[in-house]
Amino acid sequence: MQSQLPLYPEQASNFAPSVDALMVYIIAICLFFAVAVTIAVVYFFFKYKRKSPGEIGIPIHGDMRLEVVWLVVPLLLALTMFAGGAVIYVDYRRPPLDTLDIYVIGKQWMWKLQQPTGLREINELHVPVGRNVKLILASEDVIHNFSVPDFRVKMDVVPGHYNTMWFRPTKPGRYHFFCSQYCGTNHALMGGWVTVMEPSDYETWLSGTSAADANPVVAGQKLFTEKACATCHLQDGSGRAPSLNGVYEAKVLLADGSTVTADDAYLRESILAPSAKIVAGYQPLMPPFQGQLTEEEILALTAYIKSLQSQPVPAKGAGVAPAGKK
Amino acid sequence: MSTPNNLGGPPSNSGGYQLPRDHYLNSTYGIRSWLLTTDHKRIALLYLISVTFFFFIGGTFASLIRIHLLTPNGYLVTPETYNKLFTMHGVAMIFFFLIPSIPAVLGNFLIPLMIGAKDLAFPKINLLSWYIYLVGGCFVLYSFATGGLDTGWTFYTPLSSVYSNSAVTPAVLGIFINGFSSILTGLNFIVTIHTMRAPGMTWFRLPLFVWAHYATSVIFILGTPVIAITLLLAGLERMLHLGFFNPVLGGDPILFQHLFWFYSHPAVYIMILPAMGVISEIIPTFARKPIFGYSFIAGSSIAIAVIGFFVWAHHMFLTGESAYAALTFSFLSYLVAIPSAVKTFNWTSTLYKGSISWETPMLYGLGFIGLFLIGGLTGLFLACLGLDIHLHDTYFVIAHFHYIMVGGAVMGYVGGLHFWWPKITGRLYPEGLAKTAAVTLFIGFNLTFFPQFILGYLGMPRRYHSYPPEFQVFNVMSTAGASILALGYLLPMIYLTWSMRYGKIAGPNPWPATGLEWKTASPPLTENFDVTPEVNWEPYDFDNRHDLGLDVKGAPSLAPAHGDD
Amino acid sequence: MHRTGELYGQFENLDQQRESASLGMWVFLVTEVLFFGGMFMTYTLNRSTYPEIFGEASRSINLTLGAINTVVLIGSSLTMAMSVWAAQVGKKQLVSIFLILTLVLGSVFLGIKGVEYHEKFVEHHVPGLNFNFEPGADAATNSHAQLFFSLYFAMTGLHALHMIIGAGLLIWLIRESFKGRFTPEYSTPVDLVGLYWHFVDIVWIFLFPLLYLIDRH
Repeated sequence: MQSQLPLYPEQASNFAPSVDALMVYIIAICLFFAVAVTIAVVYFFFKYKRKSPGEIGIPIHGDMRLEVVWLVVPLLLALTMFAGGAVIYVDYRRPPLDTLDIYVIGKQWMWKLQQPTGLREINELHVPVGRNVKLILASEDVIHNFSVPDFRVKMDVVPGHYNTMWFRPTKPGRYHFFCSQYCGTNHALMGGWVTVMEPSDYETWLSGTSAADANPVVAGQKLFTEKACATCHLQDGSGRAPSLNGVYEAKVLLADGSTVTADDAYLRESILAPSAKIVAGYQPLMPPFQGQLTEEEILALTAYIKSLQSQPVPAKGAGVAPAGKK
Repeated sequence: MSTPNNLGGPPSNSGGYQLPRDHYLNSTYGIRSWLLTTDHKRIALLYLISVTFFFFIGGTFASLIRIHLLTPNGYLVTPETYNKLFTMHGVAMIFFFLIPSIPAVLGNFLIPLMIGAKDLAFPKINLLSWYIYLVGGCFVLYSFATGGLDTGWTFYTPLSSVYSNSAVTPAVLGIFINGFSSILTGLNFIVTIHTMRAPGMTWFRLPLFVWAHYATSVIFILGTPVIAITLLLAGLERMLHLGFFNPVLGGDPILFQHLFWFYSHPAVYIMILPAMGVISEIIPTFARKPIFGYSFIAGSSIAIAVIGFFVWAHHMFLTGESAYAALTFSFLSYLVAIPSAVKTFNWTSTLYKGSISWETPMLYGLGFIGLFLIGGLTGLFLACLGLDIHLHDTYFVIAHFHYIMVGGAVMGYVGGLHFWWPKITGRLYPEGLAKTAAVTLFIGFNLTFFPQFILGYLGMPRRYHSYPPEFQVFNVMSTAGASILALGYLLPMIYLTWSMRYGKIAGPNPWPATGLEWKTASPPLTENFDVTPEVNWEPYDFDNRHDLGLDVKGAPSLAPAHGDD
Repeated sequence: MHRTGELYGQFENLDQQRESASLGMWVFLVTEVLFFGGMFMTYTLNRSTYPEIFGEASRSINLTLGAINTVVLIGSSLTMAMSVWAAQVGKKQLVSIFLILTLVLGSVFLGIKGVEYHEKFVEHHVPGLNFNFEPGADAATNSHAQLFFSLYFAMTGLHALHMIIGAGLLIWLIRESFKGRFTPEYSTPVDLVGLYWHFVDIVWIFLFPLLYLIDRH
């Protein structure tokens, strides 16, 4: 009967069992109170039915002890529900470090998903079972939401900044994903399938498909030259702008004395609105690229800069904060 | 004076009640006397007609939605039309039915009567409120008629301010204008309750209906201006291509959500507090004993109004807001649930050792408790951060808020209409038919919305014109229930209207109830009271009210509760 | 139609009427605080996101005119308060005189505002009307500057609208004061319009530094 009339989706991610367990816990508490109140109401309704036309009830104005009890007990129970949910949520909002990163772009009314190798999919996402997967979500137009019920996860996709979500698939199979934030005419058609595969099958799939799909690092390098980034960001640090060697995920010292980690969001901001954070010792010379690059181009540039992580950091003119500076 | 027969049947007319010779309905005649009235009771009826009209419109859209959703690839309407249907259903129901309904109809009619005043503090402003409501309504109807609205009632940007091709601007303008109607009503209620209580009517002798409306009015005046300015900014953005909420121009779509929900969350308390006030009147009346925990119920109304202003971002847990913010808002959302729980336990305890009659208003009262219970409890799931990740923007949310708004607020409204119908019209509705309708409503409602909880947990997103086939069974169940629900609404519309002409004459206090409003004739005089009453009794004090003709120990009845005729 | 000073039908006595009128105006002013508050919040958030551009845009609006307006408006609050005082001590002629002065000062404010708006129009700083903050500047600079000016016009425009309504109320009050209606026993309309006028003044006192005084060297 389960397959005929299911009451809950499959449990296909690391989050699913704890979400379902929390659901059962809260259902149990709510059921208890709902049944208790209903029984009381129905019972009183019958037991105290009026027996004569002029009859009145027994005046009982209140009871302070009862009030305290049914204020404190629900409050304590509510706090346990809060705690259970908070634990899951905090875990969900802090992706682990060792993730397989997939870039996801939502636009009216389709999804473009990109594997780390550059392989692109439309409305399909292939992932290996047992790996932590992080989705970096960007929108090209309105607010969308990437939702996978069988994984019990979803996250808004908001134009203007990145959101991230993560999960670890625990069961091979095909699982529906949906757009879960109303985004216009074909909102209901904006979905697809997540295919979870054994790691070896995933590798096979990844390499088997045409490698002619532009490697984002290569595309990013091309853009880096075309858009004249290379004119100022010389690798040896002698240019008007800091070298980007080793800068990805490193600490950067800013002109106002603060330090910031050069993550994806920082790189994106530095491309679109560079005057927001100027590196110490440099002039605000870089023009903003807001409106001149698509999200995919920004992702390509980011991938290229990421690839410079292992390049030698010059002694002078580096974007990376000097050692010893906090 | 004949003792009313309250064993569940309608009060007999053997007491020979006649309508009073002069009352507010026949004091003046002609359309001008209605359209230019400043009598709060007539204004209440003007509102009754207008909100019923919008309820009908919203209900029609809902019916089309449910019929369309019978099949996974709905063939009834196009995707564009479907998106307009759910948007317009939301706008019509929330802004033009639910928010005004109880305050503008029952609140307007009853508050002066309940506190012993001749009218509200500002009667002309009261009439102005109604006209502002109409103007706002016209703009929105114009929007519906010229291209419709397809942004969702939540108007999230940049979809509404940049991408939508529907008639957003007139709709936003209409809601903006309508906001002033709410603000003025709230202002009127607050001043009236503060300054115009009759001698002896202290704060803690006020009926809980008045407390509920006081709390609601605080939300009206603090929250509504914010939605007004938000919609104004969104409208300007759309018309002049400005960039407050458009990221391409440097704006922030999440700012819109913060501003929008800062009002729209307290708005849901605007919708439920008055209904709770109605229930707090009905239960003591039909159990013939004081409410259990009066001060806790009064206090919890204020607590809900206050805490309700601090939980708005629980609509935004998945926008990328900081986890600290999410934790705070989740915690506060659990706090705001507690006063409602306190009320529910108090209402239930009031039934204990009561003398309970099974008349229609009481059926609505009990139906309210049951449905509000489910609606409120399911809010606990959504306040839970870990569960909200899964349940956000699914049918679970739709089921939750319909249980509260329809199962709660609308039941409260219809129950209140039945309870005070004799006072408003001087006549009784047909009791047997009314009971049938109440039960039909209850059953139909549960059949419509309970399957939607399951649909939500299975993952079906909201606002979908078509859905994967595995969701069909529950959708069909829901639509079947909706047809029964529709019947439950049509019946009262018909028999209440019928009763205005042909219903049995009610007399001043058919139930009887203890409020000051029941010490007037049914229907009351235009100026409500011949002589300003002096209040020296506690609310719901059946035990000491010798004037109601009930079996009360002590002195024989004083002059019975006739009205001024 | 009730004439001012008489008991309206819904009230029991004049005290209740006066109390209601006063409470009504205060409650209304609370709603106005929330109304303007939404925009102040939007402005504050945007300013902290784009501090340099907002600073630059702020420096381009006319500080002198703004400062004169501030003095004019505070002056008008003074004359308004004087007219309330005059009513309370029964100096009916002074009531009218101070009300007229208030109206004059308010009109001066609006006139100067008009001059400022015209300046902005000529400089292409009006969003929606050929907006161009810095010819040759990139799109981002222009959009962020447009944000500042959208808020500038929205906030000062809404304020000016409230002033115009206030002016209308003053005209009504002046007419009534000529009929000698305001006495120590009955000065409610003057009191209430006074409250309203002071509120509009206070809004300006917040608007002025927020809009005109960012980053002035």
